[in-house]
Amino acid sequence: MPLKPNKTPMPVQDSKERIKNFNEVALGYSEADALKEAERCLNCKKPLCKQGCPVEVPIPEFIQAIKEKDYEKAIEILKSKNNLPAICGRVCPQENQCEKYCVMGKKHEPVAIGRLERWVADWDLNRKKEVKSIEATKGKVAVVGAGPAGLTAAADLAKMGYKVTVFEAFHKAGGVLVYGIPEFRLPKEIVKREVEYIKQLGVELKLNFIIGKTKTIDELFEDGYEAVFIATGAGLPRFMNIPGENLNGVYSANEFLTRVNLMKAYRFPEYKTPIRVGKRVAVIGGGNVAMDAARTALRLGAESYVIYRRSEKEMPARLEEIHHAKEEGVKFKFLANPVEIIGNEKGEVIAIKCIDMELGEPDESGRRRPIPKEGSEWVMEVDNVIIAIGNSPNPLVPRTTPDIETTKWGTIVVKNEDGETTKEGVFAGGDIVTGAATVIEAMGAGKRAARAIDQYLTNKKIM
Amino acid sequence: MYRIIRKKVLAPTMKLIEVEAPDIAAKVLPGNFVILRIDEKGERIPLTVADYDRKKGTITLIFQEVGYTTKHLGRLEEGDALLDLVGPLGEHMQIEGYKKVICVGGGSGTALLYPKTKAFYEAGAKVLTITGARTKELLILLDELDAVSDELYVTTDDGSYGHHGFVTDILKELLDKHDDVDLVVAIGPVPMMKACAELTREYGVKCIVSLNAIMVDGTGMCGGCRVIVGGETKFTCVDGPAFDGHLVDFDDLMRRLSYYKKHEEEVLSNECCSGGECKCH
Ligand SMILES: Cc1cc2nc3c(=O)[nH]c(=O)nc-3n(C[C@H](O)[C@H](O)[C@H](O)COP(=O)(O)OP(=O)(O)OC[C@H]3O[C@@H](n4cnc5c(N)ncnc54)[C@H](O)[C@@H]3O)c2cc1C
Ligand SMILES: Cc1cc2nc3c(=O)[nH]c(=O)nc-3n(C[C@H](O)[C@H](O)[C@H](O)COP(=O)(O)OP(=O)(O)OC[C@H]3O[C@@H](n4cnc5c(N)ncnc54)[C@H](O)[C@@H]3O)c2cc1C
Ligand code: SF4
Ligand code: SF4
Ligand code: FES
Repeated sequence: MPLKPNKTPMPVQDSKERIKNFNEVALGYSEADALKEAERCLNCKKPLCKQGCPVEVPIPEFIQAIKEKDYEKAIEILKSKNNLPAICGRVCPQENQCEKYCVMGKKHEPVAIGRLERWVADWDLNRKKEVKSIEATKGKVAVVGAGPAGLTAAADLAKMGYKVTVFEAFHKAGGVLVYGIPEFRLPKEIVKREVEYIKQLGVELKLNFIIGKTKTIDELFEDGYEAVFIATGAGLPRFMNIPGENLNGVYSANEFLTRVNLMKAYRFPEYKTPIRVGKRVAVIGGGNVAMDAARTALRLGAESYVIYRRSEKEMPARLEEIHHAKEEGVKFKFLANPVEIIGNEKGEVIAIKCIDMELGEPDESGRRRPIPKEGSEWVMEVDNVIIAIGNSPNPLVPRTTPDIETTKWGTIVVKNEDGETTKEGVFAGGDIVTGAATVIEAMGAGKRAARAIDQYLTNKKIM
Repeated sequence: MYRIIRKKVLAPTMKLIEVEAPDIAAKVLPGNFVILRIDEKGERIPLTVADYDRKKGTITLIFQEVGYTTKHLGRLEEGDALLDLVGPLGEHMQIEGYKKVICVGGGSGTALLYPKTKAFYEAGAKVLTITGARTKELLILLDELDAVSDELYVTTDDGSYGHHGFVTDILKELLDKHDDVDLVVAIGPVPMMKACAELTREYGVKCIVSLNAIMVDGTGMCGGCRVIVGGETKFTCVDGPAFDGHLVDFDDLMRRLSYYKKHEEEVLSNECCSGGECKCH
């Protein structure tokens, strides 16, 4: 049978329909689709795909199990390395990770590893099963933050036999997965079920608990925790410091998305948290966060514009999200940067003033630096501005734990890949160390830290 | 779940609840607040910790029923529970180092003022307290305040009790009489705090206010609570809620507080006509 050059397409909700609802856009493979796609994998002797996956998923092995229709084995292989496969299958930027290295990708389209991963994980979530909780015999570990980094570390440590407690500031576990990434991209039910799995492993979740406020790191040690993993993410919204940023109608992407996702403002007034979106919304930025905000605004009934200071090529968002945003009718203004937000006498946004940009020499990030074109200002009428230019690390823990060293950007300093901080027994990983990155990198950090914590506690006991 | 173990109606729309929250009770200091959510569909709202009992592991909240969530909260009874409660949040207030302090509370702001008044008094400062409300029924905590103040002054807008007029009338008298006041703490409706800030500016006396910006998370991650202080943007939940009143842009705060007016009205009317939780059907 000749190899098919292209990925088996993923069924999606029609773009005209989906902009009227918050249901998932990508519908997932059927079993037949999955088998067809699995056949495309060459089961390489040197599976290059693996080197692109930060959590070391045994890719050809799980795809081989799909081919054999042994889905139980497929999920077992996946879960041996990845505690949250239904999430990664949906949100990993695969084109920069596993699929980037896939051998098939040299001549044709790579194998749709993410879609296969999602299919197996969903198959697993949809069947009844019992997870054996592992007896905790090895000591107590605290994890701070229930985002992907924290959840991964907690699950791995529980599997190794530790008694793990995760402390989470919000009333729900998941971090960005529940407050940031919208329902139409990652249904909250999926996150809930993956969190449920981690609880079944014996992990205790303490919600509404802010480390640095409710208790400090030092107090956790006093309470008998022998090691701490900090995974508090990059939750501090950046603003642009331009005039008009405090006007009514200007949201940080964090606030906008938290209101809609975590607090379910899209179902107001059934859910009591309000969101106010006018006729036209401008979203500033070019990453996943900007795409999510723009597509959310669209679903709330607005005409949605993304304003990005570089060109389309430099946009850091996942390709699939850019593609979906365009399909849905999000409009893009490339090479433009806001200089002022204009309000009326009631202090509400009525317009945004931007300046055109051109690309100069590459900067430290390797991307060409945008430079304003003098005298090229223009004004667009808008009712809301959503600022999605990035987030900084959350300062609460470092501020209350002075012996943890931080960089000038506020990220926690780690001595090595394992996430060891400058404070004994304290490890850190995920966005709080790297700055805003990806789900899978945060999970990779959680995995390495879990291993390092096990090593650290084992050594301590021997000495 | 966080159980309500005591409830007291202080005035028709002003209620007090004591809630089990041992972790918060262990750490809270005057000036801190909490964020609560009553049930799965509820909004997260901030309330100041009015009092606490570290031994019993409880905190006391006093709130005025102004909209959907506070009204819903007011209908809960002893034995009911809150789904979520997180804290203590915000910077606590600097209490030490003051000799003579005037504490000014307006409306439900008096509830927020009480823990601070008590703290100044216990720290040995001379405390002059002014509390005011629209009318007699809305005055709260008079006995409690009296017990922790050297002098207590009461005002009502309609003259039904105490001085007929505003708290600022008394504040001006006191500032005229005492030239050694080193701090005024003013907590209440935004226009009242603004008036206190302006008055103390004339006298060159430091004035601390506590801002009630609209919040979501309370941990500095959304920026929804941003206010302008001294020309700079600050997050009320982590940089405040107390700020130097002479530097606060009160007009900006007032504008931001009104952004969801229509939504607030909708959610209230919706509830009452759909036979919802309001028990009015
Ligand atoms: C809108 C949006 C869309 C994104 N889309 C994608 C995508 O498609 N693909 C992708 O790979 N990546 C995406 N990312 C990035 C990705 O979500 C993050 O890199 C990842 O979530 C980081 O994980 P983390 O565990 O380090 O932190 P987070 O997910 O931020 O979790 C940190 C958790 O710690 C909690 N916390 C913080 N401080 C405290 C404290 N003091 N005490 C207790 N708890 C605390 C927080 O409440 C939070 O739950 C997106 C990010 C955003 C914001
Ligand atoms: C740090 C902090 C501490 C607070 N402590 C207390 C307290 O101890 N006791 C207390 O009674 N209230 C306190 N508040 C105010 C309280 O949070 C609001 O009254 C509450 O959120 C209103 O919710 P609602 O759904 O009942 O009313 P909504 O329907 O949201 O609002 C109804 C009316 O109240 C106004 N409003 C909305 N939000 C606020 C707000 N945050 N502050 C003032 N007015 C508002 C609206 O403009 C509207 O006129 C505090 C606020 C902050 C920020
Ligand atoms: S976890 Fe992400 S990077 Fe790893 S194999 Fe799965 S989709 Fe690829
Ligand atoms: S590199 Fe591609 S083709 Fe080869 S094993 Fe990995 S997924 Fe299959
Ligand atoms: S409430 Fe979100 S930053 Fe203050």
